[in-house]
Amino acid sequence: MNLRRDVFQAIADPTRRAILLLVASQSMTAGAIAANFDTARPTVSKHLQILTECELLKQEQNGREIYYHVNANKMEEVADFVEQFRKMWDDRFNKLEAIMQAYKTKE
Amino acid sequence: MEQKTKIKVEDGKQDLVITREFDLPLELLFKAYTEPELVEQWMGTKVIKLENRNHGSFQIETSHKGNVMFKANGTIHEFLPNQRIIRTFEMENIPVGVQLEFLEFEQLNPDTSKLTMQIIYRSEKHRAEQLKLPFAYGLNMAHDRLQAILSELI
Repeated sequence: MNLRRDVFQAIADPTRRAILLLVASQSMTAGAIAANFDTARPTVSKHLQILTECELLKQEQNGREIYYHVNANKMEEVADFVEQFRKMWDDRFNKLEAIMQAYKTKE
Repeated sequence: MEQKTKIKVEDGKQDLVITREFDLPLELLFKAYTEPELVEQWMGTKVIKLENRNHGSFQIETSHKGNVMFKANGTIHEFLPNQRIIRTFEMENIPVGVQLEFLEFEQLNPDTSKLTMQIIYRSEKHRAEQLKLPFAYGLNMAHDRLQAILSELI
């Protein structure tokens, strides 16, 4: 449950969303990612740490460098939240439709 | 198959839009929102109060085994029969906070109608809390079922 909450907190932050978008196209080192932001390097490192901890980003050792890339499976899980919410309303509206169709024939 | 209920959740915004087309005449769709007995049936909740008028208010609650599990309330800002309801909605003791809802009802043809529901949250973070809810409920329900099965085994 806590992990789920963390994922949402992670993507609620605009800088972290920008990092995800940036890394989505290609794996990058922390330095390359930080170069895209005006924010101080330690701040970017903190964002990377949070994104890694909740598994939205994965680290990969390549020689002496550590590359960050997007964990596609986790991103799909995040998309699932919206889908679950949509489904809840879909079920509710299906029920409304069925009840009102029955109501119509009763009248 | 095309999905009947659509949802638009854009990044960096604090609202969402739900649209749905119904195989129901406009008047019947609107009635489903205004008759307490009908609201109770499709929402699966008890309607304590529902004042269908400008500046009216409403209260709903859901009980399970005699305990009130869920309470929500709101104020109706604008009530225009078969056209529009503008209202607030707040689930008590849930960190989503108050939301502002614009419900627009339209006739597509004499037998079909469409509902467009825009929900505005206090912040994008509050919207995220809302989106997470059905998932959390699902998880809790699965957990409760598991507990029930386990307690039977022991």
